[in-house]
Amino acid sequence: MTMENLKYRFDGGKPTPGVAAIVGVLGSGNLEVMVEPAALGGACEIEVSTAARGFGAIWQAVMGDFFARHRAGDIRILVNDAGATPAIVSLRLDQAIETYTAKGQMPKQMPKKEK
Amino acid sequence: MIHSYYESSARARIAGLLDADSFHEWLFAEDRVTSPHLAILEQPAAFDDGVIIGQGSIAEKQIFIAAQEGGFMGGAVGEVHGAKIVGVLERAVRDHPAAVLLLLETGGVRLQEANAGLIAVSEVMRAILSARAAGVPVIVAIGGQYGCFGGMGIAARCASTIIMSEEGRLGLSGPEVIETARGVEEYDSRDRALVWRTVGGKHRYLLGECDMIVPDGIAAFQHAITASIEKGDDWSLAALEQEHQLLADRVKRFGACKDGRDIWRELGWADPDALAMMDNDEFVAAAQGHRAK
Repeated sequence: MTMENLKYRFDGGKPTPGVAAIVGVLGSGNLEVMVEPAALGGACEIEVSTAARGFGAIWQAVMGDFFARHRAGDIRILVNDAGATPAIVSLRLDQAIETYTAKGQMPKQMPKKEK
Repeated sequence: MIHSYYESSARARIAGLLDADSFHEWLFAEDRVTSPHLAILEQPAAFDDGVIIGQGSIAEKQIFIAAQEGGFMGGAVGEVHGAKIVGVLERAVRDHPAAVLLLLETGGVRLQEANAGLIAVSEVMRAILSARAAGVPVIVAIGGQYGCFGGMGIAARCASTIIMSEEGRLGLSGPEVIETARGVEEYDSRDRALVWRTVGGKHRYLLGECDMIVPDGIAAFQHAITASIEKGDDWSLAALEQEHQLLADRVKRFGACKDGRDIWRELGWADPDALAMMDNDEFVAAAQGHRAK
């Protein structure tokens, strides 16, 4: 496994206060996302560390969509990825920003059936 | 609504078990305390190195907690991961919380950090005993899909109390390891029934290695943990000698058994196969007087 590190910056977001939060797990086909406040003049900085090389253009598109959805600024997002699909990445990013703006509290758990 | 413990992440377990808003995480990701070894091997390192530690309350009792995340490298113990658990236990020696809660889900030592991981696991064992010697009960919960294996299986048995679900597994060498080392004729790791009657929650309960067995649900674990905190810890010489006697008797009584079913028969279960199908309440009721402990 060789890692790839990618960096993105989106300017012109609205300052988004919150409490640093982590969602997801760094496991096969999954990713973990941390969002923390950062004084970036309204920008959103994203750093991705991924086990799957060569998908920079897709990451760019997924991150661009995320920023277009939320326009969240003054935040730094760190991503550790173990080969998640773009749809999973989008959902995790939404979950991360939701958790961050809810002041770090876990969102309500998804209904789970008893084993 | 029942939240499955088995299916939850370590963070979701903490959120579900502890009193609302009571959890304060130590060495949160902002502190950037991650594995120094994985990047060298070109492997992504998790923000928390696969274990979440901190303090909070459960039924209004102040506790310290460490929760392993099985989803990250099978919950394996690396240098930082182990040091975080040790730190929780050593802080308990100093601060005397009502209990230390260890939510274990691990394959054992992280092979990428072999020597550092081995040392870390031995330090965890010593720290568990230090906490107990200082009068702080150490309560282990096992109910995740990766089980609790390797050196952490030994560490678990150093604790005051072990709570498992039927789905939980506790052992030293995991099924795949035994099969790899001894061959599929010796042990077929894909035979789920065999695996569960060797290392599963019900078997561990009957052998007396796990003290409480609960249905798979965060609320069920929470009740058992609260009861264990109330019960406290017996850290007396008499309790230790009794435990040693149980182990000696066990070798005598079950040493010739080839299968979990043989042990259950010896314990007075007329129809061992029926045991696997019982739900938790039925099983616990039927197990009265048919455990090795």
